[in-house]
Amino acid sequence: MKALTARRHHRFAPVVLLTLALALTGAVYAAFTPTQATAAAAPTETDIEMGQALFRANCATCHGTGAAGREGVAPSLVGVGAAAVDFQVSTGRMPMMANGVQAPAKPPVFTEEQVQQLAGYVASLGAGPAIPSADAVDAAKGDAGNGMALFRTNCAMCHGAVGQGGSLSGGKYAPNLLGVDGTTVYEAMITGPQSMPVFNDATVTPEEKRDIIAYLAAQEQGSPGGAALGSIGPVVEGLWAWVIGIGLLIVAAVWIGAKSS
Amino acid sequence: MSNEKPGTDVSSASEGNLLPERFDDPGLPEHKARLTDTDPRAAKRAELQVVILFGISIVGTILAVVAYAVIRPGETVESIRTSTLVLGVGLAMAMGGIGLAAVHWAKTLMNDHEKVEYRHPQASNAAERAGALAALKDGAEDSGIGRRGLLKGAVVSALALAPLGFAVPLIGGVGGDWNVSKFRHTLWAKGTRLTHDPSGRLLKASDVTIGSAVHVIPDGLRDHEEWIEEKAKAVVLVVRLDPRDLVEAEGRTDWSYEGIVAYSKICTHVGCPVALYEQQTHHLLCPCHQSTFDMADGAKVVFGPAKRPLPQLPITVDDEGYLVAQSDFLEPIGPSYWERLK
Amino acid sequence: MSQQPTNAPRAVSGTADYLDQRTGIAKAVKEFSRKIFPDHWSFLIGEIALYSFVVLLLTGVFLTLFFVPSMELVEYEGPLAAMNGVEMSKAFESTLHLSFEVTGGLLMRQIHHWAALIFMAAIVTHMMRVFFTGAFRKPREINWVVGFTLMILGLAAGFSGYSLPDDVLSGNGLRITDGVVKSIPIIGSYMSYFLFGGEFPGTQIIPRLFTVHILLIPALILALIGAHLFLVVLHKHTQFPGSGRTDRNVVGYPLFPVYVAKAGGFFFVVFGVLALMGATMTINPVWNYGPYDPSPVSAGSQPDWYMLFLDGALRLMPGFPEFVVGGFTVSLNVLIPAMIVPGVLFSGLALFPFIEAYATGDKREHHVLDRPRNAPVRTASGVSILTAFMVLILASSNDIIAPIFAMSINDLTWVFRVLLFVLPAITFWATKRIALGLQRKDRELVLHGHESARIVRFAHGEYVEVHQPLDTHERWLRVQHTPERPIPLLPAEDDRGVTRKGYRKDAVRARISSFFFEDRIEPVTPADLAEAHAHGDHTELPGGAGHDPANLVESAPSSTGGALGGGPNAPHDA
Repeated sequence: MKALTARRHHRFAPVVLLTLALALTGAVYAAFTPTQATAAAAPTETDIEMGQALFRANCATCHGTGAAGREGVAPSLVGVGAAAVDFQVSTGRMPMMANGVQAPAKPPVFTEEQVQQLAGYVASLGAGPAIPSADAVDAAKGDAGNGMALFRTNCAMCHGAVGQGGSLSGGKYAPNLLGVDGTTVYEAMITGPQSMPVFNDATVTPEEKRDIIAYLAAQEQGSPGGAALGSIGPVVEGLWAWVIGIGLLIVAAVWIGAKSS
Repeated sequence: MSNEKPGTDVSSASEGNLLPERFDDPGLPEHKARLTDTDPRAAKRAELQVVILFGISIVGTILAVVAYAVIRPGETVESIRTSTLVLGVGLAMAMGGIGLAAVHWAKTLMNDHEKVEYRHPQASNAAERAGALAALKDGAEDSGIGRRGLLKGAVVSALALAPLGFAVPLIGGVGGDWNVSKFRHTLWAKGTRLTHDPSGRLLKASDVTIGSAVHVIPDGLRDHEEWIEEKAKAVVLVVRLDPRDLVEAEGRTDWSYEGIVAYSKICTHVGCPVALYEQQTHHLLCPCHQSTFDMADGAKVVFGPAKRPLPQLPITVDDEGYLVAQSDFLEPIGPSYWERLK
Repeated sequence: MSQQPTNAPRAVSGTADYLDQRTGIAKAVKEFSRKIFPDHWSFLIGEIALYSFVVLLLTGVFLTLFFVPSMELVEYEGPLAAMNGVEMSKAFESTLHLSFEVTGGLLMRQIHHWAALIFMAAIVTHMMRVFFTGAFRKPREINWVVGFTLMILGLAAGFSGYSLPDDVLSGNGLRITDGVVKSIPIIGSYMSYFLFGGEFPGTQIIPRLFTVHILLIPALILALIGAHLFLVVLHKHTQFPGSGRTDRNVVGYPLFPVYVAKAGGFFFVVFGVLALMGATMTINPVWNYGPYDPSPVSAGSQPDWYMLFLDGALRLMPGFPEFVVGGFTVSLNVLIPAMIVPGVLFSGLALFPFIEAYATGDKREHHVLDRPRNAPVRTASGVSILTAFMVLILASSNDIIAPIFAMSINDLTWVFRVLLFVLPAITFWATKRIALGLQRKDRELVLHGHESARIVRFAHGEYVEVHQPLDTHERWLRVQHTPERPIPLLPAEDDRGVTRKGYRKDAVRARISSFFFEDRIEPVTPADLAEAHAHGDHTELPGGAGHDPANLVESAPSSTGGALGGGPNAPHDA
């Protein structure tokens, strides 16, 4: 104790005190912040019951206890199917943390097992699209050529020619699809999340969906012309023409015009 | 002491008559020698640098030529990228090397004493102008055009009209059949089936579920001689809404089928395909200039530079359940033009 | 380094003699080879445009050897798996073949397109340099108009060029063009037929654009470049103000060898930079957009950067002003942004030299450039017009900007609608104030010299900071400009009370002139400087060279002790 007191006027003393105070505040905050409610109930037999428990703890506030929806808050989930739940929850879009025009993808809150349980529960409420099999989303089995033609007509207007993303009205957007898992893409097509239209199996058959997945997978090879510059288009190309092209050339001009020493 | 109020005249001649009104030009500054002018070793070094730069250019040329022969574009994205990159870098070195060498040479080794050249006023002197005027006057008099007004008029008229003999066939031949009334009609007619774009697969009403959007072309489009021109007028977007959300104008309540509506996909602003269907708001957004149409309310404009709603295609189902048109659009599709209502 | 007359090799002298005997070329060689050009880096910007154009011609020839300007439909067969079996026009197919199967084809295509973007960027930058330094004043007004026309031709060249591959992106651009053309009253629908040879898209537009792009426009551009450069040589290049530089001389270096090396070398540098960009950065990846079909469209549909102002205007215009008059439709919602807004902006640019000449009433030739701060209203006008263009360019990019910054395109559109009118006014005012402020700073500097950070304390307790007076060269730069003053307005009535004919016109002119030049800072005169010294401005300590005004003008320290006028470097005929 004496050692501490002796050093109370040390020039680093304020720093140490501040660090300790911050650490203490952080610890207290962490201790008191409500964490994600996990199933408080004792483990039950079936996944559906697990799913129901998870649902009650995390989703019912907005979607209602029977997933019947709440007017002006959240839609009914009866009939949306396991695919919708898998899409929304494994991409972290749900639970939606903040009010906004669109639920952004973010790090998922639930484990893979928990997602399956939630999906099983919601699927049990009403028939809806199922989670696609691995075979259905295997890019190697799809025809990228046909996929490109389908993508161009049905998807490129929102997601961009190579799926780089695009703007919708009112602050909404169609996200970048590069690197997105085939299952996620399939589920989005079949469930039509938020602003996205529904591409049911009659309008875009399962084989066609797999072709689209194959096309998107092929985009990961990059561009044959060099750096893709985000694949955004002429606006970004113009920006780089000015910044790099004119920039470099003006640097060169200044060098040429400068008197040699 | 600064001139606080801009715009007031400042010159004060009170100091005496020794001072000129404005400062005088001090003349060219003294020439400063470069390091390469005074130190022969520096000059030698600069020369070596120039040579090296030319050498880089030669290396670049060799690289480009070898790359052309050895690196083929191949079949993969990767190989095309490599071929482009190596050839291009070689070319850049070849060109850039020469440029840098020439400039460095000029800056370090070439004579850099500033020289002065005199400017003459642009205008010719009085004698030359008088001479020019006289020459023109003499020529005009020789031609006799001054006295002969009829001649002048004839020259002007003939010259003005002559290009027509060339221009009229040129312009006339360029417009095809000039039949602008074609804008008014599309391939859609009573009983034409709706099909998927671009496959041509028939579309059943049951295929279109709430929230889906289907891109549609008329059945038999590809059989047409000028199918691309017809497609440019006939493309349609079909969406299904909950019938309770649908607001239908008087006289158009039978244009939809159980919440399924069909509208022209060509924007009434300047003609881009309007394709961004936002399922939850049932707004249709055009990506070109952001005109937005409300599919639940006659595709009326809710934002953006378009004025008119998208024309609606009246649809129904046939006895096999396929979606069919009831008639053509009742107005010309797409952007406005002068006589569109006539 | 002294120059010894050298004996040229026999081949050179033989050739020279052969040519001279048949063309009298020695006279031209004597006249031009040692012609003096002034030296400033900003004079090279026009050359960036010129050299980019040469690169465009060279790479363009390469492309014409492989491109097929036909809209006839074929099925693709080639290395690009995603397109196999796809139906496309020959134009698109030949573009893919050129890009993927011709060695160096993609490189040439990319160099060509980057060169086009930089050609336009260099033209705009060069135009700005000319504008802000007042290089368009007499005798160069004609050259300004020639340059302006070159810019418009460049726009047409770029638009026709990027439409050639017949892809979805440029095809939708052509559709928009058709929509704009259709909106023209009376003749619009016929003009649409004229352009496309029938209904959109027809089979004619690509071959026609090809002719326009490789023949008609390059021919016009080459001719006008010839006129442009001829006028530069005829008028001799302008020069920045500085010691020894007057309206009657050109100070610089001879064409041969200095500018042959520097400017010639710069061509290779430009080519090198363009080649590097074409080698490493993807541009216009038409294989991603797909062959043109009237149905698809992709997010982020914009034209090349130099056309963005037009697209932006189309986006900002609200839709309500479309009227039906006597059964005929007048679409002002399209005509205003597509014709009137660009018309106003471009006319303002093209006519500015004539407006300014009208306002100054100045009939003298000008060969010494203005420092932008010394022409506040001109500089402010230029910034203002640029601001308007920038707002339109940003408006065109609204759907690119929105997702990056998590904004709504609708809000952005409204913001830009307001900014289009408000921001140019603000930047005009701010630029003018900044220019006047810089002029004041120059005056202060001349009158009081540089702060030297030397503080001296006198015995009686006063502290002063000693200022370092400007040397004659530094000072000359800041005092050499002729102050423009508003044209005075002669009285309306003569001494007998009769109203003077033409008074109204004079009054308008005086108003405009006053707008340009009423707010001004006069350059420092020797009298001002003497007054400043007399009031003890501390450029010297008491007891130094004295406060004799005559001495002060001469005794300002400089490296050569510059004399009043004359001197060893007086101009002489080269």
